[in-house]
Amino acid sequence: MTDEVVAALQEQIDPARVRSGATETRLYRRDASNMTGQAGVIVFAESTADVQAAVCVAARLGLPFLARGSGTGLAGGAVPPDGAIVISTSKMNQIISVDAENRQAWVEPGVLNLDLSKQVAHLGVHFAPDPSSQQTCSIGGNVANNSGGPHCLADGVTSAHVLALEVVLPDGSITVLGGEDPEQNGLDLRGVFVGSEGMFGVATKVCVRLMQNHPDVATMLMEFDSVAEGAQLVSDIIAAGIVPAAVEMMDQLCLQAVEAWLHAGLPTHAAAALLIECVGAAGQVASEMAQIRMLAAARGVANVRIAADEGERAELWKARKGAFGAVANVKPNYYLHDTVVPRARLAEVIEKVYEITARYGIDVINVFHAGDGNLHPLLVYDAREEGTIDKVHDAGREIVAFSVAVGGVLSGEHGIGLEKRDLMPLMFSEVDLSAQEALRLAFDPQLIANPNKVLPNPATCGDMHEVPDGAWI
Amino acid sequence: MDRTIDEFAAAVGTVDAVTVEGAATRGGALPGVPAVNAPAGIVRIDAAEMVLECGAGTPMNEVHTALAEVGQTVSIPSGGTIGGALACGISDITRLAHGPMRDVLLQTQFVGASGKVTKAGGPTVKNVSGFDLCRLLVGAYGTLGFFGEVIVRTRPLPRSSRWFTTDSDPFELLAGLYRPVSILWDGKTTWLRLDGDPGDVDVAASGFRLRQVDGPPPLPGPHRWSVPPGELRALRSEIPGSFVAQIGVGVVHRVEPQLRGPVDPAIRQLHDRIKQHFDPSGRLNPGLDPLAVGIRS
Repeated sequence: MTDEVVAALQEQIDPARVRSGATETRLYRRDASNMTGQAGVIVFAESTADVQAAVCVAARLGLPFLARGSGTGLAGGAVPPDGAIVISTSKMNQIISVDAENRQAWVEPGVLNLDLSKQVAHLGVHFAPDPSSQQTCSIGGNVANNSGGPHCLADGVTSAHVLALEVVLPDGSITVLGGEDPEQNGLDLRGVFVGSEGMFGVATKVCVRLMQNHPDVATMLMEFDSVAEGAQLVSDIIAAGIVPAAVEMMDQLCLQAVEAWLHAGLPTHAAAALLIECVGAAGQVASEMAQIRMLAAARGVANVRIAADEGERAELWKARKGAFGAVANVKPNYYLHDTVVPRARLAEVIEKVYEITARYGIDVINVFHAGDGNLHPLLVYDAREEGTIDKVHDAGREIVAFSVAVGGVLSGEHGIGLEKRDLMPLMFSEVDLSAQEALRLAFDPQLIANPNKVLPNPATCGDMHEVPDGAWI
Repeated sequence: MDRTIDEFAAAVGTVDAVTVEGAATRGGALPGVPAVNAPAGIVRIDAAEMVLECGAGTPMNEVHTALAEVGQTVSIPSGGTIGGALACGISDITRLAHGPMRDVLLQTQFVGASGKVTKAGGPTVKNVSGFDLCRLLVGAYGTLGFFGEVIVRTRPLPRSSRWFTTDSDPFELLAGLYRPVSILWDGKTTWLRLDGDPGDVDVAASGFRLRQVDGPPPLPGPHRWSVPPGELRALRSEIPGSFVAQIGVGVVHRVEPQLRGPVDPAIRQLHDRIKQHFDPSGRLNPGLDPLAVGIRS
C-alpha cells in the first residue's frame, strides 16, 4: 500500500519531498505528547498545490491524512493514525504580505509564532497569542489548536486574531474562510475551522490581526504564604475592574525548580508567587499598578518586586516560560494538564490537586494562567519506575474530573487531541457530541482528516477510532 | 428566567416548521411560521469571573443596565434581545477595539431541529474543549438551532469614555493613536471614541487637537458594506456625507445595498452540508439562507 501511495504522491510532488524511510516515519510518529502512532508517508509541502495534491491522493485512496506544524502539541493532536499521510507545513514559512496601516498580515502556516512578532516588530505591532512554546510552535499549529498563552487574558486567544484562512478541504478543494473584509455573508466558517485540530482540512495561508505594541508596561512579582491567598488577590483584581495583560502563578516547587536553573532571584521560600503585567498608556498602567498594590496590601502581601527595566522584565518572563524546561531538574518526565476552572474556585482546585497527587505519591508543580483560571499542573515522574505511569494517568484523570465538576472545562489551550478524547463525556452529553460530529461530517464526509481525535464516539468511524499502539491517554 | 430551557425545547418540538420571535429589532420572526419565544431573564452576573448568564430572550437593555450596576459591560449592540443580537451576529461601532461580537459567546444551551437541548462551548473565558459550535451559531440566523440560554464574556467599564471630532485625516489617527475604540469618517469629518484612564484620554485629545462631542454621528442606513479596511482610502473620491466608514475595520454604513460577488461553490457546499446535518428537514427558520441575508444595520 505504501509504495502505491508514495508513487501517487511523487507523480505530483517533488519526489525528494515525499519520504517513507524508517527514519522519517519514526520521527513523525509523535508530537510533544507521550503518545505515538505510525506515519505512512511524510510530505514536506512547499505550497498550497503540494498540500492539495497530498489531500487529493488521500481522498482518492480513502487514506487518513494530517497536517503537522512544529509538532509541539501536548494533546496528541499530531500523532498519526497508522499509515497516515503526514503533511508537514514547516517549509511553508514565508510572511506573504503585511498591511502595516490596518495591522494585518498574510502568512504561511509554517511561520513560527515568535518569528512573526519579531519580523513585524519594526512596525510597532505583534501577534498577540504567545504560548510558552512560541519560539518553536507554528501559526498553523496555533490555528489548529486555537492556542492561547499568558497574554491572552486581555487580548483573547488565536481565534480572535485570525481574520481569514486559505484552506484545503478534505475533498481537496481550495477555498478561503472569512476574509479581510469584516462582515461576510454566511456562517463563520473561519471561527469553526480555528481549533478544529486538523479535522476540517489544512490551513495553507493565514490572515492574522496584529496588535499595536503598548506604550507602557509594568511587571511585578508578588509572593504569598499560600496558593489560596494568591488566588484570592487575582479575584480581587478582576472584581475591581482591572484586567491585567497577564496574571501568572507559580507554586513553591515550581519557584524552586526554576530558580535552581535560571537564578532569577525568585522567592523560593514563598508558597506561591504571582507574576502580574499591566500594559497600556502611561496613566492607565500607573493607576492599575497602584490599585493592585493597594489590593495586595489589604490582603497582607508584604513583598512586591517590580521589574526596574526591560532586562529584569525579560528575566521574570524567562523564568515563567522556562518552567517546563526546569522540571528536568526534578524528574525526567512530566505530564501536563490544561483544565480551566472559575477563578473563584482556583484555590480549592489547587488544594485538591495537592491532595490527589499526594495520595498517589507523585510530585506536582503548578504554574498557570491564574487570570483566566487556566491550570497547568505538571505531574513529574520517572517513567523508569514501574507502575508510575498508571498512577500519573489515574491522578490526572481525577484532576480533570474535579476541574469539570466545579464548573470548569477539559482544556484551555492545548486542545483535546487523543489525550482527552475519551474524557469529553465529562463535559458533553451524547446530544452535545453528536452536534460536534455533525459539524465534522459536513467538512469531512469521508472521515479522513486527522481521524480518531477529539470525538470519543466510535459509531461513525469504525475502527479508525482505535488509539494507536503504544499510546496511553 | 420566565420559562425553563426544557419548556422552550418542548415548544420548539420535533416536527414542522418553526421560527423564533424576539423583539423584532433585527428583522423579527419569519411571517407565516409558528413562532416560539426563548426564555428571558438574567440568571447570574459574576463580575469577578467576567461572565453573564441569561435567557436568550432577555432584552439587551436589561443586560446593559444590570451590568452597569456592577461596573461592567458586554460588546453586544443595544436594542432587541441578546438571542436576536447573537443570531444576527452584527457588531457595533466599537469593533476596532473590542473585536467582533461573535467573540463574546462562551457557552450556549440551544435547541436543535430534533427538539433536544444541546450544549455548545464552556462556561469559562478560555476553552478549547471540542469544536467551536458557538462561533457556528453566532450569525447563523437561527437556521441551525435556537439559542435558549447563553453565557457571555463581559468586561469592566472604562474609567473614562469620550467621543471626539476632528477634521484630521482618519488614517493618520489610526496610525498615531493607541488603541482607539472607534474611528468613524464620512469623507470630511472624523469622529472617534477614546476609552481609558482620564489623564491618558486628555493627553491624546490635546495631542491630536480633538474636540469633545456628545456621541457618534447618525449612521446612514440601513445597509452595511463590508470591504477590506485597506480599500477605505478609495472613499476619498466619493461625496462626503454619503457614507460613514469604520476606519481600520471596513464596515461602511450606506443608504444603498452592496452588490456582493458570487459565492464560492465550496463555501455554498459547506453551508448546505452543515444545514443538512443540523436540520435535515429544514424546519428551523425555513427558507432562510445565511449566505443570502444582506447585512443591515
